[in-house]
Amino acid sequence: MQTDIFARRRNDRLIFFAVLTGLTVGSVIITQYDVLKGFTSIFKAFVWGITNFYPDADSLKKLPDILSKLWETVLMSIAATSVAAVFAVVLALSGSQTTRISRFFSVVARGIASLFRNIPLVAWAMVLMLAFSQNQLTGYLALFFGSLGFLTRSFIETIDEVSHHAVEALEATGAGYFHIIFQAVLPSSLPQIISWLLFMIDTNIRDATLVGLLTGTGIGFSFDLYYKSMNFHAASLVVMLIVATIIVIETISNRIRKAIM
Amino acid sequence: MKPETKEPLLELRKVIKSYNGAKPALADVSFSIPNGQFISVIGPSGSGKSTLLRCINRMIEVTSGEIFFDGVMTSRLRKRDLRKLRTKIGMIFQHYNLVDRLTVIENVLHGRLGHKSTMAGVLGRYSPEEKKQAHRIIDMLGLSDQVYKRCDQLSGGQKQRVGIARALVQNPKMILCDEPISSLDPNSSKIIMDHLSGISRDLGITLIVNLHQVNVALKYSDRIIGVNQGEVVYDGPPDELSMTQIADIYGSESRDLIGGLEERRAD
Repeated sequence: MQTDIFARRRNDRLIFFAVLTGLTVGSVIITQYDVLKGFTSIFKAFVWGITNFYPDADSLKKLPDILSKLWETVLMSIAATSVAAVFAVVLALSGSQTTRISRFFSVVARGIASLFRNIPLVAWAMVLMLAFSQNQLTGYLALFFGSLGFLTRSFIETIDEVSHHAVEALEATGAGYFHIIFQAVLPSSLPQIISWLLFMIDTNIRDATLVGLLTGTGIGFSFDLYYKSMNFHAASLVVMLIVATIIVIETISNRIRKAIM
Repeated sequence: MKPETKEPLLELRKVIKSYNGAKPALADVSFSIPNGQFISVIGPSGSGKSTLLRCINRMIEVTSGEIFFDGVMTSRLRKRDLRKLRTKIGMIFQHYNLVDRLTVIENVLHGRLGHKSTMAGVLGRYSPEEKKQAHRIIDMLGLSDQVYKRCDQLSGGQKQRVGIARALVQNPKMILCDEPISSLDPNSSKIIMDHLSGISRDLGITLIVNLHQVNVALKYSDRIIGVNQGEVVYDGPPDELSMTQIADIYGSESRDLIGGLEERRAD
């Protein structure tokens, strides 16, 4: 039996690749996708991009306008994420195995987290648009709900992983619930909580572009506007500024992460 | 030095703990402990030592039976009184269970939280007397150079001494030690055991120590309780513990490994 394990591993690998190949070929046939044309189109797209999709002198005149929209989007993402984080901490404390008050609250908290996390951001934006129409608030709320679900989930895992032992010790000394939260749970998990928060801000700035496109606000709307009016130079400027912003934010959050660990 | 009391400090009567079904983790455990004894609980892994310790401060609820501590029946206690009971019982853990990102002094002062109001505890406000006491205990345990160091920068032995300090600052009548030296090298183990021994001797605090090392138990304790499969199979002074009884506690397989103990004890 012991020698068989190697044969089994080899068979597993063969089966895996056979299935993968089967799925790929199958989907290509069903969708009548022309592989060759697909690859040559990428090249054509590149050529088009280089010849058309770059900022020119004219588009730079739009810069102040774009920057103000970008600033608006960045602020909205940060606001939505940090407010969501506050609520997520409370939900996570009642959802975590280590700190929950009762099994009932834990199930409720995990349920809320899972519901919010599993509804796609785009769906949030579309649904909220019905209620609040094309408006800053719609984008803000869409980001808020999405972040709330994701952050609660991550915080629950962080709390359970990091503070279990210390919580046991403090319970044994006779410390009360809030003592334990503020003296053991939060000090232990704060660096990771902040780390998740920074990650969420990154992600939300990217997603805010998409949400803005749908809700007609912020930098997403600028992009949509220029793109649809075939002002590709200005649209490309928007994309570059978004990329630059995300790189800057990422650098800052990496610095912060290093400092607090 | 040790106060003479007729009443035992701790008494267990027919304590049973079973986790859903089958074999109970503790099956009918009874013993009583007077003030000031150094007691080692020995037994193989999974024999119920940890459960036994945690039933005493109700970190685990017993299935049936009664536990009396300091004249109080512990199973009757409601929230607030249970907290008050726990302030009188310190606890030390195998993995130290400190908040690694906080400093030594902060971790030690956590031992005072049971005595504090919600607000003062949440904000971490401690009185000058409490701080003075914490510093005194830290000095006693030889950690004065580490007072303001974060605990993740300490060695295992130092972390365990912080754990001991956190228990002592509670002013406990008894300290429960759950395998305090199982994660430590022999050198640090000796330092920890010597400190525990000193605490029992000089401060008159009752100690119940779960141990894996029979020779350590023999050397340090006033009394040994041997546990196997949730039952007390030996309860008496260390020098009356025979090879056969050790084999009873650990199962006959262990005889070879523990062998030689007899000769060493002779000298």
